[in-house]
Amino acid sequence: MAAKKMGNTVKHGILIVLLAIYIFPFFMVLINAFKEKVDVIKNPLSLVGERGFILSNFPDAMEKMNFFRASWNSLLVTGISMALIILFSAMASYIMAREKWLICRVFFTLMILSLAIPFQVLMIPLVSIYGGIFGILNHRITLIFMHVGFGVGMSTFLFYGAVKGTVPLEMEESAALDGCGRYRTFFQVVLPLLKPIVATTVIINTLNLWNDYLLPSLILGDGRLHTLPVAARVFYGAFSSDLGLLLAALVLMIIPVLVLYLLLQKYIIEGVVAGAVKG
Amino acid sequence: MKKKENMLYKTLWFTGFAGPAAICFVLVMLIPFIYGMYLTLTDWNGISAEKVFVGVENYKAIFRDGPFWHSLVLTVAYSAVSVILINFMAFVLAYLVTSGVKGQNFFRAGFFTPNLIGGLVLGYIWQFIFARAMVTAGQNLNIGFLSSSWLSDPVKAMAALVIVSVWQNSGFMMLIYIAGLTSVPKELTEAGVIDGCGKKQLLCHVILPQMVSSFVICLFLSITRCFMTYDLNLSLTDGGPFGSTQMASMYVYQKAFVSKNYGLGQTEAVMLFLVCAAVSIIQVLIGKRNEVEA
Repeated sequence: MAAKKMGNTVKHGILIVLLAIYIFPFFMVLINAFKEKVDVIKNPLSLVGERGFILSNFPDAMEKMNFFRASWNSLLVTGISMALIILFSAMASYIMAREKWLICRVFFTLMILSLAIPFQVLMIPLVSIYGGIFGILNHRITLIFMHVGFGVGMSTFLFYGAVKGTVPLEMEESAALDGCGRYRTFFQVVLPLLKPIVATTVIINTLNLWNDYLLPSLILGDGRLHTLPVAARVFYGAFSSDLGLLLAALVLMIIPVLVLYLLLQKYIIEGVVAGAVKG
Repeated sequence: MKKKENMLYKTLWFTGFAGPAAICFVLVMLIPFIYGMYLTLTDWNGISAEKVFVGVENYKAIFRDGPFWHSLVLTVAYSAVSVILINFMAFVLAYLVTSGVKGQNFFRAGFFTPNLIGGLVLGYIWQFIFARAMVTAGQNLNIGFLSSSWLSDPVKAMAALVIVSVWQNSGFMMLIYIAGLTSVPKELTEAGVIDGCGKKQLLCHVILPQMVSSFVICLFLSITRCFMTYDLNLSLTDGGPFGSTQMASMYVYQKAFVSKNYGLGQTEAVMLFLVCAAVSIIQVLIGKRNEVEA
């Protein structure tokens, strides 16, 4: 028993050291975001710069990166795309899970196969079609539409499993006997039972959408529409020598996510596990 | 009832429920995929109205495109090293976290943190670490290999990419390994202990064989993620120094959108996808064969 306790202390020690290493980069960025540019260059390792602890990097970075506009853009794109993905894929998965029609099987198979296709194979044709032929790049709606197109495959797959596995057919049958139509059965009987998987898909999609850089950077040329990652990239290009400012911008991007993580940690981790293991 | 289930009835109900998802899916994935296959047979530059049909010319041109092979070999090497280290690290973390130490949820959440933030921002964070913090530390403490920026040396810059990729992905894979470790039946480990297994034997002969499916999932995910790395490559090294760390995704992007060679770029993207798919499929098949019935 004593040996086991010793073992656990050692393990605890190793974990603490490893976690410190994992968190270290965030810590470095944080302390340097409160320093003058010269202090960052002179000694990035000191806790506080020689010219003292300053806050001015933050309002500066917010203004120059258009932080609020970019956050609003990100929020809008992520929120709407996520809601549409959930609604569309929950509905699609319901008909696909309950009917064995050819059209259902064809689409379900296609969606599963599409999960294997990386974005890099589609980015050139997407830009060619929607930029070259239709000329509708540079709209939020185009970006949202593409996010939905990329998102529905995975989410439909997750919902499909949940409908098959957790929604009892008898409940739907009795709802039908009571005079519910298909839509009413779906929205009032089936959807409430899918709540856990809705939470999972919300978490997975939100993380992906919020952090996506490549697709928005291809679609949104107009700076006023830039989402946070795209705005960060532009900002880095424009102010590459102003280190304190750049680090403050990073902190601004990280903090909201971390706060949300602290609050919803349990759900986020469970959601990611559920999504990854089933996928 | 039966009579009502004709084509029209099916189509209407399918459209009513799956229509929106199906339309978005077809327009964003299916048609672009097919159109992309067509693009590989043209020499389109992305601007001109005409697309000259060139047959398999692009596929032949790949073999003459030396820099593409360089980027592909680099990607394979990067992926091989990263995938091994990611999964090793992830398993170690999962093992330590589930071994009954205090505050395991806290550690689990901590190691997962990098996954909440996109590759682009993570790359910028580490750019600062490699180019500034480590250099200062190296100079102050007189450590030779740290005193100049890793990002200005081709080999060390690749090492930097691997380090960040391991740091980023191991927390994610850890969650899957934790799920695998906790689902190993208690009776099996208890029986092992009673039969006199040591810690090592228990791990190698009882626990690991039960976790093959976790390994298959994690390897699959880490292989595809590493092969398709773009954001991190862009923000950490931007392909530099002198294009030495430009991996395949970035190369394809440059080929299409900077050199304006859509046809060849798309062909190379397809090539990258096929290599990645082949590796993952082989991996999954080997894994499935080793799976143990629980």
